[in-house]
Amino acid sequence: MDMWLGVLVMLVKMAVVLGVALGLAAYMILLERKLLGRFQVRYGPNRVGLFGLLQPLADGLKMLLKEDIIPDGVDRRIFLVAPAVVAGTALAAFAVVPFGEGLTFFGHTVPQVIVDSNVGLLMVLALSSLAVYGLALGAWTSDNKYSLLGGIRGAAQMISYELALGLSLVPVVMHARSLSLSDIVAAQSGLPFALMEPVAFATFIIASLAETKRIPFDLPEAENELQAGFHTEYSGMRFALFFVGEYVNMVLLGAVTAIFFLGGWHGPFFPPIVWLAVKVLAVPVFLIWTRASLPRLRYDQLMALGWKVLVPLALLNILVTGALLVLNA
Amino acid sequence: MADKKPSLVGEIVEGATGLIGSYAATLTHLFRKPVTEQYPEYKRPMPERTRGRIILTRSPDGKERCVACYLCSGACPVNCISMQSEEGPDGRRQAAWFRINFARCIYCGLCEEACPTLALQLTAEFAFCKDDIADFVYEKEQLLVDHGGRHPDYDFYAHAGVAAGGPKGSHIGEDDPVDVKSILP
Amino acid sequence: MTALGALFYLLAAVLLGAAILTATRRNPVHAVCCAVVVFLAVGGLFAVLGAPLPGVLMVVVYAGAIMVLFLFIIMLLGLPAGDGPLPAGRLLVPGILGAATLLALFVLIGADPAAQTLLPAAQASPAAVGTLLFDTYWLAVEAVSILLFAALAAALLLGRGRPGPGQPATGGRGA
Repeated sequence: MDMWLGVLVMLVKMAVVLGVALGLAAYMILLERKLLGRFQVRYGPNRVGLFGLLQPLADGLKMLLKEDIIPDGVDRRIFLVAPAVVAGTALAAFAVVPFGEGLTFFGHTVPQVIVDSNVGLLMVLALSSLAVYGLALGAWTSDNKYSLLGGIRGAAQMISYELALGLSLVPVVMHARSLSLSDIVAAQSGLPFALMEPVAFATFIIASLAETKRIPFDLPEAENELQAGFHTEYSGMRFALFFVGEYVNMVLLGAVTAIFFLGGWHGPFFPPIVWLAVKVLAVPVFLIWTRASLPRLRYDQLMALGWKVLVPLALLNILVTGALLVLNA
Repeated sequence: MADKKPSLVGEIVEGATGLIGSYAATLTHLFRKPVTEQYPEYKRPMPERTRGRIILTRSPDGKERCVACYLCSGACPVNCISMQSEEGPDGRRQAAWFRINFARCIYCGLCEEACPTLALQLTAEFAFCKDDIADFVYEKEQLLVDHGGRHPDYDFYAHAGVAAGGPKGSHIGEDDPVDVKSILP
Repeated sequence: MTALGALFYLLAAVLLGAAILTATRRNPVHAVCCAVVVFLAVGGLFAVLGAPLPGVLMVVVYAGAIMVLFLFIIMLLGLPAGDGPLPAGRLLVPGILGAATLLALFVLIGADPAAQTLLPAAQASPAAVGTLLFDTYWLAVEAVSILLFAALAAALLLGRGRPGPGQPATGGRGA
């Protein structure tokens, strides 16, 4: 009996998280288009529904009704699966993201997280590292030189910045003394890690910008050099799946940044969920702002930034943090 | 660029000011009123000589200006104007039918320049869409309007094509005859 | 059979199937994809056995980094891709060797009475593993890291090649 209740609770949680993540991602597209519009002194979409609020629906419908073109010469099976890998890994990472402390229903305490794993941080990194496959395979199988170039760029970029991403999280783990996301949030009930570890925070933000392949690190899809890079040959809903992946990734990045560095749901005056929502949304807004502000890096600049600046900086930061922790102990 | 390679600190400062500057520029844009014109609600007043849909205008007395001279048809580089001339009941020449294929028209305005009676004029209306390309073939009834367009007071038959009834210099817009003796050296 | 048991056998079946496909595919990219599935299944098996840390590390290190490098190299080389399985003749010798290794492994494991229980180290918490690595065995870890660094430096030196006449000894721009 209890087992079935557990399964039911788990299914409900999954449905809620999936719905929230996908809904947020859909409206992230609208937010991005609106904000980008305002950054460029124009309105952005405002025709479908009140203030354009139904625009994601219209976009989705349009994408669904479009023809799903499979070009000649592609490796059919891989071509069909690649977009799902991008979207799937991004969605799966939400499994370990906690949304608050446990809620109590009828005497049962239900934690607000699907899997509270003691290796949650590593699972986030693992899933973000798997997202490369969707990009690289989609690019390789498209049988298009621009796609292939985009895929190679993407693979190299994501391998390089994964290192900086992982290293920038080490100080967080050193402070929290746990890899569980719930414990990391609990460790920030006083001061958020962004203030304790500004260098790690900066490295994390830059590395995760590169991981989400957004401007200024959008070399894999650089529109004016590679048409659209790895998704040149995709159309219809498969093309949209790449974008669902990208925007779910943005939301995920917001959630993960909020939990690792901004103190999760901790904050004065307002209820925890409000604080979490504000922090989760702040990061995508910053990403959009960045997109409006910065030009794309050159490829050698990208690699130099990753290997010659971020990785040494993160390593140095680990060293300093460790020394301070030992001295304080 | 200076000859000397900038120092590391200088490079960092330069990079940081560049970053902050571009972020600040976009941030100020956020609080400016968008320059977008909301098109169907707000239609920008078009310039006077905009070349849009073609109309056939009438003289102040309400009669058709077009005398079916075929000059517009001849001037048209894409041959989108065709007509058939006839004599009306009052003895004036007019078009039996007049047809413009707007699907072919390039809105160059040569017909307007060719028109001797200022009948054919291009208006500022540019947004007229059809589901069927055949609907773009406009007949005389659709082209005719009940005003004088850009020249409301002009009447061709008052200027030309009529016998000069009065003495020299009494016609509309005609200068007084010059006394040749007054301009002798 | 418990739910976890069913999951174990399911993952094991996926693992075996993907491993066989990995070994027999003629197209290198297909082989890499199957290998990624193998590593994911191994990670899942570790998790089912109550050892999430090795499972996640399996995914991060092997599926997430090493196989990506494989794929990267394959994409960079642009090898002409075949299709379908390799001919049986070419699989014979590796197959016999693999079967012999498997047999030896099973015999050895079966002979050891401790094989019936899970390794406690595998189920240890991340903190315990960290303590073990960087406290008890720190010398070995450092030695290995120096070895890897030496290999990296050597590879870089070899990869630069000899400077030609009139060409400076510095390598090209790159990371």
